[in-house]
Amino acid sequence: MKLRVIKVLIFFAGLIPLARLAWKAFHQGLGANPVEVITHSTGDWTLILILTTLSITPLRKLTKQYWLIGVRRMIGLFAFFYVCLHFTTYIWLDKFFDWHEMIKDIVKRPFITVGFTAFVLLIPLAITSTRGWIRRLGKNWQRLHRLIYVAAIAGVIHYIWLVKADLRKPLQYAFVLGVLLLYRIAVWLVELRKKLSGAAVRQSAAEVTEV
Amino acid sequence: MLIKKPSDIRSSEITPQNIYLNRRRFVAWAVAAGAVAGAGFSFREMTSPSLAVSANTKIDGIQKSSFSTPEPQTPYKDVTNYNNFYEFSTDKYAPAGLAKSLKTRPWTVTIDGDVKKKQVLDVDAIIKMAAPEERIYRHRCVEGWSIVVPWVGFSLSELIKRADPLPKAKYVEFTTLYDPKQMPGQDVPVLKWPYVEGLRLDEAMHPLALLCFGMYGEVLPNQDGAPLRIVVPWKYGFKSAKSIVRIRFAEKQPWNSWQLSAPNEYGFYSNVNPNVDHPRWSQAKERRLGEFLKRPTLMFNGYDQVASLYTGMDLKKNF
Repeated sequence: MKLRVIKVLIFFAGLIPLARLAWKAFHQGLGANPVEVITHSTGDWTLILILTTLSITPLRKLTKQYWLIGVRRMIGLFAFFYVCLHFTTYIWLDKFFDWHEMIKDIVKRPFITVGFTAFVLLIPLAITSTRGWIRRLGKNWQRLHRLIYVAAIAGVIHYIWLVKADLRKPLQYAFVLGVLLLYRIAVWLVELRKKLSGAAVRQSAAEVTEV
Repeated sequence: MLIKKPSDIRSSEITPQNIYLNRRRFVAWAVAAGAVAGAGFSFREMTSPSLAVSANTKIDGIQKSSFSTPEPQTPYKDVTNYNNFYEFSTDKYAPAGLAKSLKTRPWTVTIDGDVKKKQVLDVDAIIKMAAPEERIYRHRCVEGWSIVVPWVGFSLSELIKRADPLPKAKYVEFTTLYDPKQMPGQDVPVLKWPYVEGLRLDEAMHPLALLCFGMYGEVLPNQDGAPLRIVVPWKYGFKSAKSIVRIRFAEKQPWNSWQLSAPNEYGFYSNVNPNVDHPRWSQAKERRLGEFLKRPTLMFNGYDQVASLYTGMDLKKNF
């Protein structure tokens, strides 16, 4: 019941960035170069939301707020929603459906190649986010959804590579992503050690019984 | 039966005494502050040799120029609120506010290097060197957007002729003010400060190259490069140095700030060229601010008359 309320709140919160853009669009608040503002804003929110989903696991473990897992899918889907808006801005407002230009861009411009890769990787994650797909895929679901790490890295590189000189903002994203990835590596190492020592204990126990 | 006569003033409208007193005090302070400010301004007017220094001051006697384009001009609001001026911020919407504190008077420009007479000139003396002209130019940013601006100034050659460079001088270098107290963006090493730009002397002498101190018929706003800048319309915007404090003549090609930050991306020439892409994005098209569809970018930004400056040069190599 409580989770339901939180989910409703998150749903509306997730729409705020879009609502802000829409409000500005109707009140001449998007400045001199509206397409640029829309592109940057939707891109920013995609990265922020991806990093938010990646912080759910460490947060719930560190704070013991295990219910947090219940909101992760919605945040992830909002990340996908904003990346779709970002991509639509590119093909419609920026390139105006000039497919030839876009293909050239994707092949020739590393920052677009890597950004496009991130977008494509997010598609299967959004599709398989339903309960049915989780059940059908079983253990493979988790394996598939590790693609989020690749997508997040690609997304941050996409930002770093497009900036002219001021790397501060993309590096902030890179820093947060780095911390979140290091947490995973640390957890993985700890578990690996446990497994190894566990195996060693079992082995020595076996040796004892043998004697 | 008692009939209460309503009072003329509702109790909710009666100002509590403390607020009333505060208001009196506020008015008193405001009057005092106004008087001080007024005195300050009149003092400044008495001491300052020139009065017409702040933006929104009309420039008198502006002549028309045949170099002007008849294309619709970009709204003043956009040209003054969307500025790549990294000395203030890398956020294009920030310089409009941050540049307000820039003091553009007194302002001097040092002329040195390979010149007959090294000198320090007052900006107001420079502005009076020739009659102001309105030059409506296309302005193309390396990022892929463009504007049409009615600049006010005169050909840079007017200043160069008076500076009298030595025959060995082949290049001119322009340096922007370095003062992190006034230009907070300079606290961040996104570029090597101070900002430096350069032109070949024959480029700088081309009549299209403008020494600029106004736009839209008024004194140049701070965020657009006050008090003195250059405008080189056939090159990407970053070549048009702003808030210039030094003009140096040199034998050797100077390095510009963007070239120093990424030599494979920004060259010395940086002529607008739809056929030579920036390594990371295409330069074939541009978005004119205020327009929805992109338009094709023109060679030399449409200023074909400069082509002869580059005959025999490989512009792909000399990007």
